[in-house]
Amino acid sequence: MSKELIRLADISMAYDGEVVLNNINLYINDSEFLTLLGPSGCGKTTTLQIIGGFVKPTAGSVLFDGVRINDIPPHKRQVNTVFQRYALFPHLDVYDNIAFGLRIAKLGEDEIARRVTEMLEVVGMKGFEERKTDSLSGGQQQRIAIARALVNRPKVLLLDEPLGALDLRLRKDMQVELKRIQQQMGITFIFVTHDQEEALTMSDTIVVMDKGEIQQIGTPEDIYNEPKNAFVADFIGESNILDGIMRADRLVEFFGRRFPCVDEGFAKDEAVDVVIRPEDVDIVPADGGHLCGTVTSVTFKGVHYDIIVDFHGFKWLIQTTDYQPVGAVIGIRLNPEDIHIMKRSKYSGMFGDYSSYSAEYDEIGDAALAGESEEQEEGE
Amino acid sequence: MKRQFLSGPYLVWMLLFTLIPLAIVVYYAFTDSVTGAFTIRNMASMGAYLPIFLRSIWLAVVSALICLVLGYPVAWCIAQTKPLTQRFLYMLVMLPMCISFLLRTLAWVSLLEDTGIVNRLLGQLGIGPLRLVRNDGAVILGMVYNYLPYMIMPLYTVIMKIDPRLVDAAQDLGCDGGQVFLRVTLPLSVPGIVSGITMVFVPAVSTFYISQKMGGTTSTMIGDVIESQFKTAYNPNLGAALSLVLMILVLVCVAVMNHFTGEDESVATI
Repeated sequence: MSKELIRLADISMAYDGEVVLNNINLYINDSEFLTLLGPSGCGKTTTLQIIGGFVKPTAGSVLFDGVRINDIPPHKRQVNTVFQRYALFPHLDVYDNIAFGLRIAKLGEDEIARRVTEMLEVVGMKGFEERKTDSLSGGQQQRIAIARALVNRPKVLLLDEPLGALDLRLRKDMQVELKRIQQQMGITFIFVTHDQEEALTMSDTIVVMDKGEIQQIGTPEDIYNEPKNAFVADFIGESNILDGIMRADRLVEFFGRRFPCVDEGFAKDEAVDVVIRPEDVDIVPADGGHLCGTVTSVTFKGVHYDIIVDFHGFKWLIQTTDYQPVGAVIGIRLNPEDIHIMKRSKYSGMFGDYSSYSAEYDEIGDAALAGESEEQEEGE
Repeated sequence: MKRQFLSGPYLVWMLLFTLIPLAIVVYYAFTDSVTGAFTIRNMASMGAYLPIFLRSIWLAVVSALICLVLGYPVAWCIAQTKPLTQRFLYMLVMLPMCISFLLRTLAWVSLLEDTGIVNRLLGQLGIGPLRLVRNDGAVILGMVYNYLPYMIMPLYTVIMKIDPRLVDAAQDLGCDGGQVFLRVTLPLSVPGIVSGITMVFVPAVSTFYISQKMGGTTSTMIGDVIESQFKTAYNPNLGAALSLVLMILVLVCVAVMNHFTGEDESVATI
């Protein structure tokens, strides 16, 4: 698990003078499931294309097993890719699609048949050998694309938003499936997505990117619990981000009140960003809380309610299982471990204020519900 | 479903200008030029024209293949350039079609004849005069020149539409440049090849003017014979019979080609 396989050293990339990657440094371990996560245009796909060899970085080195591979063309790299929207060959059937790489490698037909069959079993698509690729559903094409890449036994599999075209249910199934395949094959997966939940579910390591720069690298728990700046805190999950001042180690002041917390190492009276996750807030009667506010909106979300609470003009998002009517005056309590302190960054003040909250905040990418009935037949 | 009436005008057009004339051709082919009575004499005399039919098909096939060999790289190169350059280059390919077909053919004759520009230049170098016109080669040259755009158009359209990620995918799976072409680009451009060959072959096989101007006495094509039946021999019945047989032969050729190139029947109907 711990052996380093790929290293990106000081990688920068510019198209026609426009910088898309700025000084990326990253190493990827053998057998790791690493996710490049960020909004569109953050440079995650370009990073993947650089590893795949489709794009040459303007500066920096790509090292594979310690060897610089900048000038090695894609067809000579021990890396295979699952492309966005699959890019299956329309003139070949399922079998020939999967056998494509093996035929190029000039393997015997017996060996090819054995490995294709084995791979079809891994992705659960046995019996589809002679089907045309355009007769398959999105989820099935997805599996064939994965099989076509994995059958070559690459050291690294690159996946470029492979689940983006699937509907929500199928996507959740495929997340579990991909993780299983990765563990079964024991190879490195580098996965690109803009979906934070997908990243949290599958990854060993998440690399959060924005505007061509790496914002944070860490395990899903690290990224969620200890975001480094307001961008990460806002992009991964929901966050209320407040201006605060560190009065001492483990003591922060905001809303004119001092709260004990668990963070230390800041200068005395340093201005900081304070992150409070909406699910960490405890609601108490108005007179028993640290802070007291008025509920201005309630949205039922299934498992919980999203309520917006106005604290002296600054609105918080709080997630609670107890219904609170609009207009109710409630108090909240914050435990020290519910408060996370971040250094100020260029993102400070840009995120984490729910004053313009609307119920559509969460998943914009879930418009694919129309395709659901078509996919149901092949649920696991 | 109710929108079907929109195809009404076209159906009327087809009826008036395709089906009825076709019926007239069939009628003429099976009637006597003098008495107007039913006869199979016109059809029975086809045997005498067999060599001309075969030569026409042969010259058309050769022209179509030369067009393919010349046109494919051009179409491929155009499809690789930036969109704006593509439009410009595509226009260049189309440009000769804006000039009269007759003029272009006559221009070739004056270029290539014994006292033409090419031979005069060669003469300055002490070569020739070479016999560059009035032979089968000149006919093929004329047809390739005139019909090349019809090959490039469908090829360009098909190649341009090939998803560039399929090329990436092939490289990713181990293909070098040549293998990408042979295993992905070429198979995916088959529909364009089929329609390109059809679009060159069909007009080439029935062409008449090019062979008259650029061909020798032995390179008469079936189109010339048909023309002469109507214009000089005044035997439209024999001309109709020849046209009918030519049409059937063309249909057979196209069907054979579609059969060998697989399932893309839809692409190459005339």
